[in-house]
Amino acid sequence: MDEPPLAWRGRLPVTLIGGYLGAGKTTLVNALLRAADGRKLCVLVNDFGSVPIDRDLIVAAGGDTLELSGGCVCCQYGSDLIETLADLPVRQPQVERVLLETSGVALPDQVAASLSLLPGYRLDGVVVLADAETVRARADDRYVGDTIRRQLAAADLVIANRCDLVSPAARDEVLRWLAGEVPGARLLAAAHAAIAPELALGLREGAVVPPAGPRSPDAAALYESVALDLPAGIDLEALARRLTDPALGVLRAKGIVADGSRRRALHVVGARAAIDEAPPAARPGRLVAIGLRGRFDRAAIARAL
Amino acid sequence: MSSSPFVIYRAKRILTMNPARPEATHVAVRDGRILGVGPLDELAGWGTHTLDETFADKVLMPGLVEGHSHAAEGSFWRYRYLGRFDRMDPDGRVWPGLGSIEAVIASLQETERGLATGGAAPDAPLSGWGLDPIYYGDRRMAREDLDRVSTVRAVGVMHASGHIFNVNSRALELAGLLRTGVNHPGVPLGADGLPTGELKGPDAMTMVGRHIGYDREAMANDEGGLRAFARLCVRQGVTTATDLANLLPDDAVAMMRRVTGEARFPVRIVPFRRFQALTPRQAVDHALALRGQATDRLRLGAIKLFVDGSIQGFSARLRWPGYFNGAPNGLWYTPPETIRELYALALGHGVLVHSHTNGDQATEMALDCLEAALPGQPARDHRFTLQHCQLADAAQFRRMRQLGMCVNLFPNHHFYWGDQHYEITVGPERALRMNACATALAEGVPMAIHSDAPVTPLGPLFTAWCAVNRRTASGRMLGGSERISVADALRTITLGAAWTLKLDGELGSIECGKRADFAVLEDDPLAVAPEALKDVRIWGTVQDGRLFPAAEA
Repeated sequence: MDEPPLAWRGRLPVTLIGGYLGAGKTTLVNALLRAADGRKLCVLVNDFGSVPIDRDLIVAAGGDTLELSGGCVCCQYGSDLIETLADLPVRQPQVERVLLETSGVALPDQVAASLSLLPGYRLDGVVVLADAETVRARADDRYVGDTIRRQLAAADLVIANRCDLVSPAARDEVLRWLAGEVPGARLLAAAHAAIAPELALGLREGAVVPPAGPRSPDAAALYESVALDLPAGIDLEALARRLTDPALGVLRAKGIVADGSRRRALHVVGARAAIDEAPPAARPGRLVAIGLRGRFDRAAIARAL
Repeated sequence: MSSSPFVIYRAKRILTMNPARPEATHVAVRDGRILGVGPLDELAGWGTHTLDETFADKVLMPGLVEGHSHAAEGSFWRYRYLGRFDRMDPDGRVWPGLGSIEAVIASLQETERGLATGGAAPDAPLSGWGLDPIYYGDRRMAREDLDRVSTVRAVGVMHASGHIFNVNSRALELAGLLRTGVNHPGVPLGADGLPTGELKGPDAMTMVGRHIGYDREAMANDEGGLRAFARLCVRQGVTTATDLANLLPDDAVAMMRRVTGEARFPVRIVPFRRFQALTPRQAVDHALALRGQATDRLRLGAIKLFVDGSIQGFSARLRWPGYFNGAPNGLWYTPPETIRELYALALGHGVLVHSHTNGDQATEMALDCLEAALPGQPARDHRFTLQHCQLADAAQFRRMRQLGMCVNLFPNHHFYWGDQHYEITVGPERALRMNACATALAEGVPMAIHSDAPVTPLGPLFTAWCAVNRRTASGRMLGGSERISVADALRTITLGAAWTLKLDGELGSIECGKRADFAVLEDDPLAVAPEALKDVRIWGTVQDGRLFPAAEA
């Protein structure tokens, strides 16, 4: 169940980290680098202008690349994201995972579409940070409001950041607002972008239940899940349409069915769904779904099968 | 006072742009500067001189100033020109416009035969530019069309807008895109699930660019392209031209200093440092460092900022009610917080900033940002300029005037894409007000007009024709109330553009003390019919007193 689909093999996973200026993208990137735990990460930033990496993590600097501790690197892409990505596997063959920090006004779904042009990569997930203090005002700003909303709408995971700067009541209020604004995304509250790294990575990989280890104490409180038998021969396309209905509150779901000797997998992430080939060893016949506690309609999901 | 000999040129007519002496018959030149303009007997008072009759049957104007062009126009001529309209190359050859996709293919096939017989490598790419399929009805170009040119070479064609490539199957294959499963709004798919060969937007274009000969690194520091651009300037009467968005790395600056410093380089180049991948502080520091490297013919030290995208690409930011065809609003290229910070720092350091705003919401935002920055950094003569600014309304022009801003409008766009704006992008009513030259002048906003070459051809007299006539490619009169007079247009392509570059004190008019920069014309632009302004023949230029006949460029 945890093995990635065959089509993903050999493709570098890319996590997009978006959000408006000052929402905490750089803070999150640094936190993820500190938790790299031996994984060779490549951080791509628009520019080095605003010192994107904590100085104690930088081993050496040269041109468009910063060498970081633990074998990680940071590159600036400026106007040339595609060329930077195309050259990356040659220039930095050790890299296992890419964290792509978009510019403050970039639209993550457009960046994700561009990523799909490069056969060597796959989108691992879209994380969008929102400044809990300012996001609602910014979302109504006559200039950047629609940009903020389009950024949020593209997210698999929204991190309501800088929650330490607002009262608990204001925090709950902004969380409610975000949950309504982006019903298809997971939602986490944080200060200093401090979240368990596992929650930001692997968003579109096999595991449908967020790891609930000691480093992510909020997961169990936030989510509930359901596991159901999946009838053989079920129409996965039709099921995908039903499970992406926002009324069900499904944040993520994965199901595998047997099709002769082949295995087909359905992945649901919020309003999106994809069907692809699963490894032959994958055990068919089960659907696991997860949603935000209180917004998750188990009965409706059971009826959808 | 120097009494060294000097030259007096006699001309049929000299249009000075100096209201105190709007026209004359003689101009005296010493040491590359204008000693005086007026009747011969007045000028003779300066002492020993030679009377030069070279221009006796010509009309002289101040050297034309192109306030928004890109030296890349010179680089593009290494590719096959495939536009709908006739266009002159740096050698003076006019390439005929192509009336159909079939004609485009035939032209590429001819180029291919030339490559094959000329000994080019069998897999060398073949590139074209200037394609504009909107003139060919609903028929889109597909990779199968370009496969008829070659299946072995990568073949790629850039659209006139600069925002789209069409490529053949081989180019798609080399880029790894000849496959199913591509899911990108800029990559339309055919019935077979494979890309059709049309690639829209910078990311999709980058995928194929290097395979079809559009090598960005080579074009960023292209000495041959700069020389070709300069020859085009001579043919169009231009003596000062901007290169309006250049990253200006050290090696490119060194090349430009060397080339423009040559004794016979004919143009004053004004490169702007593109604001990209920099903090405002770094951008201003770089601009100040570049200012220290400026020379007489290479004026460095200004910044170009992108606020939004393009209207025909639906990436410009529009105010309510948005795009006529319902497309979602466009993209911000720079957030307002960053723009305010850049404006404030640049105002404080006396660095000139020109801002690309196409949609009226982008214009509004730039106005707000400058209004917010000015109280903290009062600057009485900043000349911050909005470039393109195509959709601004009268109220926005009034704000520009109140904030001390200039505008550089894009009448050429009106000719080439006005019909598309009328029918698709902004709809009939707002299309009428696009590039509102008459309103800008009436509201007292210092104004220039431009070509954005290579997007449209370099040629200020053609740009003036567009502003005077406001005809679109289909012949439609679009927004006749925004037409300006020929006299206003001629002033705009000389003093007007010079003002936006802070060069009006040294050029832009023919008067004592200024640079001896002239556009030398065979016809009199004030005597021909306004409809014929674009057909005025150009002999060449005089730049800093040096003669540059187009025939020898």
